[in-house]
Amino acid sequence: MATQEEILEGLAEIVNEIAGIPAEDVQLDKSFTDDLDVDSLSMVEVVVAAEERFDVKIPDDEVKNLKTVGDAVNYIVANS
Amino acid sequence: MTSDNRTVVVTGIGAFTPLGADAASTWEGLVAGRSGVSTLDEEWAADLPVRIAARTAVDPGEVLPRPLARKLDRSAQFALIAAREAWADAGFTAPATEDGSPIAPERLGAVVASGIGGVTTLLDQYDVLKEKGVRRVSPHTVPMLMPNSPAANVGLEVGARAGVHTPVSACASGAEAIGYAIEMIRTGRADVVVAGGTEAAVHPLPIVAFANMMAMSKNNDHPQQASRPYDKARDGFVLGEGAGVVVLESAEHAAARGARVYCEAVGQGLSSDAHHIAQPEPTGAGVARAIEQLLESTDVNPAEVVHVNAHATSTPQGDTAEIKALRRVLGDHLDHIAISATKSMTGHLLGGAGGIETVATVLALHHRVAPPTINVDDLDPEVDADIVIAEPRALPAEGSITALNNSFGFGGHNVVLAFRTI
Repeated sequence: MATQEEILEGLAEIVNEIAGIPAEDVQLDKSFTDDLDVDSLSMVEVVVAAEERFDVKIPDDEVKNLKTVGDAVNYIVANS
Repeated sequence: MTSDNRTVVVTGIGAFTPLGADAASTWEGLVAGRSGVSTLDEEWAADLPVRIAARTAVDPGEVLPRPLARKLDRSAQFALIAAREAWADAGFTAPATEDGSPIAPERLGAVVASGIGGVTTLLDQYDVLKEKGVRRVSPHTVPMLMPNSPAANVGLEVGARAGVHTPVSACASGAEAIGYAIEMIRTGRADVVVAGGTEAAVHPLPIVAFANMMAMSKNNDHPQQASRPYDKARDGFVLGEGAGVVVLESAEHAAARGARVYCEAVGQGLSSDAHHIAQPEPTGAGVARAIEQLLESTDVNPAEVVHVNAHATSTPQGDTAEIKALRRVLGDHLDHIAISATKSMTGHLLGGAGGIETVATVLALHHRVAPPTINVDDLDPEVDADIVIAEPRALPAEGSITALNNSFGFGGHNVVLAFRTI
């Protein structure tokens, strides 16, 4: 199972690929929408990429609760 | 501002075409008589009946940042690149929504069309669905494939709030977009409109579908000679891709901000054939009606017309029907009109054609040079007109001159645009 650091690193790569934000700017306290230029459509891409990378299911109903990178890391740690 | 017959001018141009990544390099290619057609050497093309096309000279992925490009269909990528060039060329440095903009967003429109829309996105995402499953279909699919996507993305880029529109009329779409934009300004609904056409349909399905209509050249062994309007051996069009965009502006608004003016966008003539879903009307009656309607609705006089950028796609029937129509309406005036078929070099950009050919027409007036028609080795004797063959030709150096740009589409749509030097 991936560590919190590995998950953050993986998410940073995904956000960089999708939104073009430098990976080092993707930190736990950053909001996907407000800080990382990830709109609701791109968030779906982030979620699908994260599911594949970390072998985890993120239900559609859960996505709205993942406001910050930290929310996503915690969800993945708890559910993978 | 409320007048319903305002003069409209062209203040900016942009192009992303098989001949170059901007308007200047495209014009250079046109005047040099360079073909943008090449062999499709991709594996997917190996077994197709048609294995040639005019791809853009530069891949849009080299121009647009990846996070932006991946959310846009290729047709919208072309349109956005050409629109950015035209917007900057017109002297605008920021979106209309920014403070200090010389144009209010409520007075700015965008009208950009394509014939087919985001067809490669649709087909590629269907492949994703079948091969990788439901979850992997991109959430951007709908905003990418919708035919109004290029117009909407250009509107977002420049901050257009007077209206964003997408008239669709197959291969007349780009011209119809520019005509629509002229009307928006003429009637007072907007002061500036970014307008043009785009197309990105180089994909096995559209190629096979057009080929099965017997509409495309199968001259696979000689790609650069395959698009040959007016030549006796022409056997169909060559598919091209790219975009052409202009900035149209009320003459009053352009003068007030001291903008450079290329020419006047005088107006449009429109008609429809009511003849056949895909065949051109062989006597050219519908096209003639569009030219007549232009002459009736504008102050264009046949004697002032010196150049026509013809629709001429290199199909046996269409090329001659258009010439018959020009002869029918313009009579002996046609003898002093230099006719160019630039599709001999760019291929046929479908809904993008009216866009890049408007850019070519505007530059022909600006430089007073008609670009050549290449590959006319044996002129069809039915072509009773003065075709500019092989070499560019100087247009009259003095006085005001007028040029027409013709575009016709499957469905029987006929659009004729008129431009005049200032």
